[in-house]
Amino acid sequence: MQQTYLWLANFAQSIGMLYFIGIFLAVVVYAFWPGNRDRFEAAARLPLSED
Amino acid sequence: MDSATLKKSMTVSEMALMVIFGCLAFLCLFIAGKSDEPGYAFHAGLSAIASAAAVFFLFNRYFDRPAASPPLEINGKPNYNMAPVKFATIAALFWGVAGMTAGLWLALELAFPGLNFDQSWLNFGRLRPLHTSAVIFAFGGNVLIGTSFYVVQRTCRARLAGQLAPWFVVIGYQFFIVIAATGYLLGITQSKEYAEPEWYADLWLTVVWVAYLLVFLATIWRRKEPHIFVANWFYLAFIVTIAVLHLGNNIAVPVSLFSGKSYIVWAGVQDAMFQWWYGHNAVGFFLTAGFLAIMYYFIPKRADRPIYSYRLSIIHFWALIFIYIWAGPHHLHYTALPDWAQTLGMTFSIMLWMPSWGGMINGMMTLSGAWDKLRTDPVLRMLVVSVAFYGMATFEGPLMSVKAVNALSHYTDWTIGHVHSGALGWVAFVSFGAIYCLVPWLWNKRELYSLKLVNWHFWISTIGIVLYITAMWVSGILQGLMWRSYTALGYLEYSFIETVAAMHPFYVIRALGGGLFLAGTLIMVFNVWMTIRMREDLATADDAGTRPVLQPAE
Repeated sequence: MQQTYLWLANFAQSIGMLYFIGIFLAVVVYAFWPGNRDRFEAAARLPLSED
Repeated sequence: MDSATLKKSMTVSEMALMVIFGCLAFLCLFIAGKSDEPGYAFHAGLSAIASAAAVFFLFNRYFDRPAASPPLEINGKPNYNMAPVKFATIAALFWGVAGMTAGLWLALELAFPGLNFDQSWLNFGRLRPLHTSAVIFAFGGNVLIGTSFYVVQRTCRARLAGQLAPWFVVIGYQFFIVIAATGYLLGITQSKEYAEPEWYADLWLTVVWVAYLLVFLATIWRRKEPHIFVANWFYLAFIVTIAVLHLGNNIAVPVSLFSGKSYIVWAGVQDAMFQWWYGHNAVGFFLTAGFLAIMYYFIPKRADRPIYSYRLSIIHFWALIFIYIWAGPHHLHYTALPDWAQTLGMTFSIMLWMPSWGGMINGMMTLSGAWDKLRTDPVLRMLVVSVAFYGMATFEGPLMSVKAVNALSHYTDWTIGHVHSGALGWVAFVSFGAIYCLVPWLWNKRELYSLKLVNWHFWISTIGIVLYITAMWVSGILQGLMWRSYTALGYLEYSFIETVAAMHPFYVIRALGGGLFLAGTLIMVFNVWMTIRMREDLATADDAGTRPVLQPAE
């Protein structure tokens, strides 16, 4: 029981943390990628430009 | 081939559905005859009647419909299918009034217990799940299904997928609500908060929900707009996560085919953890993600401004869904749940401040350059105030998830106050705003029957919310402090009934607040009704100047 707990705690505190930080950074990079700028600015107006 | 010469034939899905519902009718009739539980037999009988009615309506529809299926586009423009959206909108209004009336009755029962008249079906324990399910799943669910079917079509520029499937979703969902609600009154429950319906209702909801997911996905699949708009991401997260939560928390084994009773496979603290993983993510994905989709579509549309920051909306989405799913354990502080799991739930709840407030700021700031509209457009005001309440409730929630605060707040009325600042202020207000936008669009009207009545609705309901939540804050903190006060000798200072007596005035104030909120909703129902039956030239002149740009509905 104690072993399982320690293993899980270590896993959460190392790999789990890196996993979340990694995903967060990937999302931020995607959102701020200069090449995506025009696409996102068009998307922000999408509800206004329907037929 | 010219459509006039096309020979009408039954589609495979029409035939399949008729066969399935025909078999289901006989099966349910058989079960109703064999079961010796009256409530369950009643539900089986109801299902048999509904299945037979489904076969009848499928036949009727087949005879009435034209030979060719409706075109996806007319003159190069999408031929939107808005009839299921209209149905869900009306259903939302109906269930909203029913659920809020039940809530008001419960509030009065708490203040004046004699109001249950010693009837088992009017008992607080049976009426309470009726209230919560009716406002969350029936009112909120219909708003979400309706708006999602609207938004996905408009932002994908594509007709809703399927011909029978969208109707199966909206009507099948109403049937689930009827079974759940009548079950509560008859005492049929699996005793899981917000997941009370028994195994057979759960199975039916699973089928309906999978159909919902498929209709939504298939509509996105046939989109003409290359980018999938952020609101559709939020709707998709809501639909997928609710499916997973529903399955996880309802893995139960029925006693027999002829019994409504079932036993869940999870045991002890695991069951509790599953329940609150479900329960909190019902808040996170049903009451938050789904309604954020409404915010991201209806606020820009009504304000006629683009989303303040689309980049922020992307970060908002991914951060919100990745963090919310871990917050459930904060419902189980100081229980048999391991300490580390409690701390984990608390930590993720506190982290939720970031995406919640990021989203709130994004919704609010969408009004940049259009703040003046708040003065003239009560519908926009309702939408923006809902976002303000969202910010307030998502500030309070993480605060209450901190163990030291939870020690005072848990099991008290503070929780009820918190839930209602989110449910009335955020969920209901954003829904009202969306309905006020949708109704003229769907029924091809220039504007609502009366914006003055919207203004009345707004103020009456806002005062109602303020009375409700302040009464519950005072009552909850009073209750918590009375529970934990000791005499000099180490005995508890107050008996339980003394705390109940102390809370009585606040219960009366809460019922008053709830009554005002219900009155506001009734004003809305009248306004919507008048809008739908209004002739175009009846658009009132005294509302001039508040009218947004014309929106073609179909």
